Amino acid sequence: MTMTPPAPLLRVEGLTHYYGSRLGCGDVSFDLYPGEVLGIVGESGSGKSTLLSCLSARQEPGGGRVLYQSRHDGEIDLYSVSEPRRRLLMRTEWGIVHQNPRDGLRMTVSAGANIGERLMAVGARHYGEIRDQAIDWLGRVEISDDRTDDLPRTFSGGMQQRLQIARNLVTQPRLVFMDEPTGGLDVSVQARLLDLLRGLVSSLGLSVIIVTHDLAVARLLAHRLMVMKEGRVVESGLTDQVLDDPHHPYTQLLVSSVLQV
Amino acid sequence: MTSQTNAPLPAVAVRNLEKTFVLHTQGGARLPVFAGLTLDVFPGECVALHGPSGAGKSTLLRSLYANYKPGSGQVLVRHDGGTVDMVSATPHQILAVRRHTMGYVSQFLRVIPRVSTLDIVAEPLITLGTAPEEARDRARALLTRLRIAERLWSLAPATFSGGEQQRVNIARGFSVPYPVLLLDEPTASLDAANRATVLELITEAKQRGAAVIGIFHDADARAAVADRLFDVLPVPSQAA
Ligand SMILES: Nc1ncnc2c1ncn2[C@@H]1O[C@H](COP(=O)(O)OP(=O)(O)OP(=O)(O)O)[C@@H](O)[C@H]1O
Ligand SMILES: Nc1ncnc2c1ncn2[C@@H]1O[C@H](COP(=O)(O)OP(=O)(O)OP(=O)(O)O)[C@@H](O)[C@H]1O
Ligand SMILES: [Mg+2]
Ligand SMILES: [Mg+2]
Repeated sequence: MTMTPPAPLLRVEGLTHYYGSRLGCGDVSFDLYPGEVLGIVGESGSGKSTLLSCLSARQEPGGGRVLYQSRHDGEIDLYSVSEPRRRLLMRTEWGIVHQNPRDGLRMTVSAGANIGERLMAVGARHYGEIRDQAIDWLGRVEISDDRTDDLPRTFSGGMQQRLQIARNLVTQPRLVFMDEPTGGLDVSVQARLLDLLRGLVSSLGLSVIIVTHDLAVARLLAHRLMVMKEGRVVESGLTDQVLDDPHHPYTQLLVSSVLQV
Repeated sequence: MTSQTNAPLPAVAVRNLEKTFVLHTQGGARLPVFAGLTLDVFPGECVALHGPSGAGKSTLLRSLYANYKPGSGQVLVRHDGGTVDMVSATPHQILAVRRHTMGYVSQFLRVIPRVSTLDIVAEPLITLGTAPEEARDRARALLTRLRIAERLWSLAPATFSGGEQQRVNIARGFSVPYPVLLLDEPTASLDAANRATVLELITEAKQRGAAVIGIFHDADARAAVADRLFDVLPVPSQAA
């Protein structure tokens, strides 16, 4: 009995983006499999957010390809399909969790509506069901149902971030992009959010690409790591390999700079 | 295409393995640990890695698990009806081998913050698709055998004593009946009763056909479970 390996969910080939003459990210290639969590680490300005934007259809790259195995239509070349098609994909199969919850939430509508409108965007119409699902998801991210009708700005930073996660996961995406989801939060709030993410990722079998500068977060969440420096991937591999036996001088410096990961 | 022969195949076959650390943060110093290392380990036997402190025993064990990346050579592991070379395998394949075939008990537990002891021990089975309650039953049985007090099961092991943490680590490593077990000092810092239990667990693993590769500080423990020794010798210093 042999287990045939599943097809990669995402195949990235030679992804390159310049801002004018400045390199954003250069020649990045990798495969991502269903259920896999890929961490992207590296110093400030190394191109992590640029890469994430190019991967998640928010920034058309100057070169290279992003091939996505869609739920119903086989493999799609992200930047050769039409804009509406790309938008539909983002809405129905992907989630994006921003570092700043304000970039991922609608601050002028209630917490419940923040979740509900995502369901409506993928076709849900029945008000009662939408509200039930919204309350269910608030519960899953540990927000009590008596906050359903409150505006997100009345929430703490950690709660806003959890709401953003619920808003993204309610439509059952297969692939979620996260840019420093725990950045800017207190350590104890970070810890709680990490526990929540860990649980959700494994119970839902999500594929995730997560940018973080925190190697402890990477150790906890990511199966694999890519280390970026000046727009290039300088080292990649299993998370424990990269952190316990780093080969590239920059990775060794990065790992030796923190006390213990 | 498979021909039936009576000669057993090794569960792990190490071929010409070489490992050198290059320390870029220390002026690029080169630290050769081993080279040309060859070893076969068969189902049902326990091989004890033997050598002085710093010889490279833990480095070899970690290289077998693909936690460290050897410079050259092969680590051929029988997995899922085929063979996987842990040195050249993709991350995806390595994770599959670790989930199904190869267990590793490190010298120290790496605590997953805020995860309960019971869940830490049950997790490898749950990952393989065992029903959570069944996995927790197995975890309870192991924790009981290893004398971890029941009141600790719901706590994260961060605050446990060194010996308690090590026993949690061992329980986790023995939760799945892996065909290959890598054990780094599993009996160090345990009292006599717990040491005896760990040796029993190792003996049972051998009896069900596991290939065990271990490092045993304690000569009595080594004598009790090891079928043979494998010498890991320090590479002579390059310095003139
Ligand atoms: N819109 C833009 N226009 C011009 N240059 C940009 C733009 N966005 C990013 N850059 C530049 O591209 C490089 C990579 O930036 P990017 O935001 O991807 O880095 P990062 O790794 O995410 O850093 P940080 O950890 O600080 O968020 C930097 O030199 C940055 O100044
Ligand atoms: N991640 C690493 N980076 C750099 N050098 C390392 C690393 N891990 C081990 N070494 C070095 O490799 C050599 C072998 O170490 P190892 O831990 O394998 O020895 P050992 O035989 O297990 O010793 P002990 O019996 O003391 O546990 C040592 O010189 C050690 O400093
Ligand atoms: Mg950024
Ligand atoms: Mg050692």
